[in-house]
This record gives sequence, C-alpha cells and structure tokens, in this order.
Amino acid sequence: MSAHSQTYFKDRLYYALLAAGTLVALAGLYAVYMMEHHGHIVTGMNNQIVWGLPHVFAIFMIVASSGVLNVASIGSVFGKSDYKARAPLAGLLSIALLAGGLTVLMLDLGRPDRIIVAATNYNITSMFAWNVLLYSGMFAFVAVYLWTMMEQRMNPWSKTAGLVVFAWRFILTTGTGLIFAFLVARQAYGSALLPPLFIVASFAWGMAVFLAVQAAMHAWNGRVLDPAILHRMKNLLGVFVIGTLYLVAAYHLTNLYFAHQSGFERFILVEGGAYPKLFWWGYGVLGSILPLLLIYLPRQGKPIHAVAASLLVILGGFAFLYVFIIGGQAYPLNIFPGFEASSSFGDGKVASYCPSRYEYLLGFGGLSVAFIITLVSVRVLRFMPQDKPHVAD
Amino acid sequence: MTKGCKIHGIDSQRRSFLKTSLGAATVMIAPGIMLFDTAHGQTQPASSKVRWGMLIDTAQCKPGCNDCVTACNRENGLSGGTKPTDSQWIRKVELKDKGKGRELSLPMMCQHCSHPPCVDVCPTNASFKRADGIVLVDKHRCIGCRYCMMACPYKARSLVHEPLHDQNPDVPRGKGTVEACTFCVHRVDNGQQPACAEACPNKAILFGDLNDLESEIARKIRSVASAQVRADLGLDTGIRYQGL
Repeated sequence: MSAHSQTYFKDRLYYALLAAGTLVALAGLYAVYMMEHHGHIVTGMNNQIVWGLPHVFAIFMIVASSGVLNVASIGSVFGKSDYKARAPLAGLLSIALLAGGLTVLMLDLGRPDRIIVAATNYNITSMFAWNVLLYSGMFAFVAVYLWTMMEQRMNPWSKTAGLVVFAWRFILTTGTGLIFAFLVARQAYGSALLPPLFIVASFAWGMAVFLAVQAAMHAWNGRVLDPAILHRMKNLLGVFVIGTLYLVAAYHLTNLYFAHQSGFERFILVEGGAYPKLFWWGYGVLGSILPLLLIYLPRQGKPIHAVAASLLVILGGFAFLYVFIIGGQAYPLNIFPGFEASSSFGDGKVASYCPSRYEYLLGFGGLSVAFIITLVSVRVLRFMPQDKPHVAD
Repeated sequence: MTKGCKIHGIDSQRRSFLKTSLGAATVMIAPGIMLFDTAHGQTQPASSKVRWGMLIDTAQCKPGCNDCVTACNRENGLSGGTKPTDSQWIRKVELKDKGKGRELSLPMMCQHCSHPPCVDVCPTNASFKRADGIVLVDKHRCIGCRYCMMACPYKARSLVHEPLHDQNPDVPRGKGTVEACTFCVHRVDNGQQPACAEACPNKAILFGDLNDLESEIARKIRSVASAQVRADLGLDTGIRYQGL
C-alpha cells in the first residue's frame, strides 16, 4: 500500500471509529432517556439490588483512571525516563476514564437533573460528598499536570504537579474504597481492607488499560515498542496482579475467620450460583492466573501476549466488581442474627438481579465517552510516547 | 358650583377605584393566605425535648395479620404491591429462632435511629433527622443515589421506580427519590398516632414520647424487657421490640 493510500485509509478508519464511538454514546443517552422517563423500573435494579451493572462500569473506570496515573507517577515522581515519556498519555487516559465513569454514575441517579444539588448542599460526613470534591479536584490537577508536561515553559513545574497528582489519586482511590468500607451493616463491605485493595487493584487495572491503549497506538503508527520497555511494563502489570490477588485473599480469609461472616463467604465463594463462578473463573482464572502465565512464562515476551494479558486483567476487573458489588447485595442482610427471616421484602432470601439492556447501554455509553476523548485527543495532540533507546535506570 | 361638582366627581371616581382595587386584592390574596395556613398547619418547629418512638409487643403481633401494612399503604398512598421494585415502608417479618425453633412475627420499618447511617452517608443532606427524632427524606433534595439504601442496616428504604399517580397531598413522594416510613409525621404533628399503631387490632404497637417519663411508652419500657434490632451497631433506635 502506498503512503498516500495508507493515510487515506487511516483517515477513513479514524472517522469510522469516531462514528462508532458516538453511536454507542448516543445509545447510552437513549438508555438515560428511558430511565428518566419511565424510572428505574426499566433497569434490573430494585430495592434489594440498589446498585447494579452501571456501578460496575462506573467504579471500574474511576478506579482505573486513578491507577493509570501510576505510569505518570513512576516517571515524574520516581524519575524513570521510560515512564516519563508516557506520562502525558497516562494523564489523558486518566481524564478520559474519569469522565466516562462519572458520566455513568451521574446518569444512573434517580434524579440526574438535580446533580447541581450535590454541589449546593454538602454533607461533610458523606463519603459521596467527599468524592464529589475528590473527582473534580482530580480533573483539575491532572489537567494542570498535562499542561506542565506539554507546554515547554511550564516543564519545570511538572514534577511538583506530578507529586500533587500522585498524592491526590491515592486519596481518591481511598475515597472510592471507603464508599464501601463505611457500610457497617452489610456483610460484604464494612472492611478497612477495602481502600488498600482498591488502590492496588487500581494499579493493575490502570496499567492494563494503559498497555492496551499503548499497543493500539503503536500499531496505528506502525511503530514497534522497544522490547525492553514492554518487558518492564508487563512485568510491573504482573506485580500489580499478584498484589491485588494477595489483598483479595486477605479480605476473604479474614472474613472466613469471623464466624458471623462464614455464611456470606460460603455464598460468594461456593454456593452463590453465578457469583462464585464469576469470582473463580472470571476474576481468578481468566483475570489473574492466565494473565500471569502470559506475563511470566518463558517465551511470552511478544506484544500480543502483553495485550492479551492486559485485556484479560480488564475482564477480570469487571468480574471482580460484579461479584463484589452485586453479589455483596444479593446475599441477605443479617437483620435478625440467630433467626431465620422471611417477608414480602426479600428478608432472608438471596436477591435476584438481571441487568436490563438499558444498563448495558449506559455502561458501554460511559466506556465510549472515554474512548471518544482518547481517540480525538491522541489524534489532535501529541500523546504518542516518544522513546529514546532504553537505558536501564 | 361647577368647580365643586367636578371635584366631587373626581373624588367619587377615585374612591370607587380604590374600593374596587382593595376588594380585588382581598379576593386574590385571602385564599392564598388561607391555603398557606392550611398547608403549613403548625408553624412551630419540632422540639428536641420530644423523642418519638414505638414499643412493639411481638407477643401481640399475630402471624399473617397485615393490618398495619395495609393502613400504612392507605395512609401514605402506596400501591401495596410487593414486587422487588415496589415501595414497602413497613413489612411483616416472620422469624424462626434457629436454635429453639420459637416463631414470632413483627412489623419492620425505619427504626428512626438516633445516629442514623442514612443521614451520615447522604451527600446532599436530603436524609435528615428532625429534632424530635423522626428520620425523613427531603424529596426536593434527594438525587436518587441510593447510598442511604446501601447504608441502612434494616433495609427500610425504597426507591420510587415508577411514575406516581393519585398521591396523598399530605405525603408527597417523587419518582427517582428514596423514601421510608415517616412515623406518619403529618399525623403526629396534628396530635394523632401513626396509621400502623392506630390500625393494629391487638394494640401491639405503642407510640409515644420516649423522653417523657410519664408517657405510657416510657413507663412500659422501664417495666418490660425490650430490645433494639442490631443493638450491636449502637444506633439507638427509636423503635423497641418486646419479646424479641
């Protein structure tokens, strides 16, 4: 193919991708219209499973948006030059994922038209209210950070901005973990392990998103990533996957040790039908073990292996959150310890949940918002990592 | 003379104009003032000297009897449906002791905690506790995030999943907002009992001021053994159960 026809083809492909992304976003908006017009009755959510599939998408994107900045922090804060070259792309992905996640979270509200109330009436004891500040602060700080990196005159400030973002994203992911950690009465939540678990998971999910996007950008530009850099980055992904596994194991083991939690653990790990399957196969095997094999087994150093491992980690992240958020609510709340309970409101009964098509549309709509922001930005601005030959730090 | 008549004519016109204007203004404003009074009822705020509460005698609560639930639905304009998406402000829970096999039945609703988790987690202050201990949701402020539903240890709250019709004017509700038992605050403010307490055929639900040492409920709580549901959480619930 000549250079001219290749450019023409890429132009066409770019607009086709943009159109596809916009279509999915519009489908998401249609879902929002339906939920607004008819109420949440059109979703699979109900008074027992109050947070559903949209929250799985939203929390994945928000957590990954914090974790993807790890790449930038390793460059700006810890001075690793390979990562420094990738910091702008990491910043962009962070903003894109955060925008996508928040879009889903806000449009799933019962009254999204009242979102301004969240800014005008502020409850200082609410973790949600704190997160409103943390998320808007994240946008602002990452935007300034990008500015200091991409505007040469501002370069001297990029380390300071990087440090602020580094601290902020730790607090932000802690805040996301605390949303659940503060739910004292629910068996699945109310654990101080959740904020650190969310932080380490954010490293893994963010790195996986980064590696997948980076591979796509290299393929698009017909460039080959330095194998030494790829080797380091995929190995780091492996470390994060192991770290997440460790904290997930600690969370379940501590629960298993508490007699009053054993029923919940039996449900989520063994008897809960789809939830244990998703946990073991989705998160455990596909989302953790297989990526680790792809990363660490000998002769697995090709870019395709890293991309496959990354996509599997992302898939595992969704599986984990589905089990954590929806499985955690499906298990009956223990309101009367020592008694078997039954009622017309699902007491003592496992709650059932089947996400509706509008929830999928809303979730994928949020993903497409992140996709469109990334696609347009990498085309109009210089986000492609500019590598010098790799030198070990 | 001519001059005097002219003056007299002008005066009477002005007077009749003023009279008509005053009359029209009265006709227009008076109903508004009356409606305002009717809508607001009592104007004095809830008193922190009062702590409204209930004592529910499980021995008197009959399995299968749903009168309190029916009364609540009627009073508050709820459909009475029991689908997972329907609002249920009060429900009958049948319990069986795992060890002894003892069975009992009781009504479960918002426990009107002293330290309500729903109020702590609400980002917009829509969930709030009145000075007299009644926990409510401001329907104009609720954004429908459902964090309070996740935080409530008693599963006492519902989201309005569908458009509403034929609402009770005393009990405003809203699609996309969260709601729960209000202790029939509109009745309590008028000196009446909550609908469930009034409807119970066995007088199993005793409503009153926990802070008033002379009230029937306070005297009974002093004399019989009562328990709070999930007392281990330290929420100091306004509803106590006898025989649990």
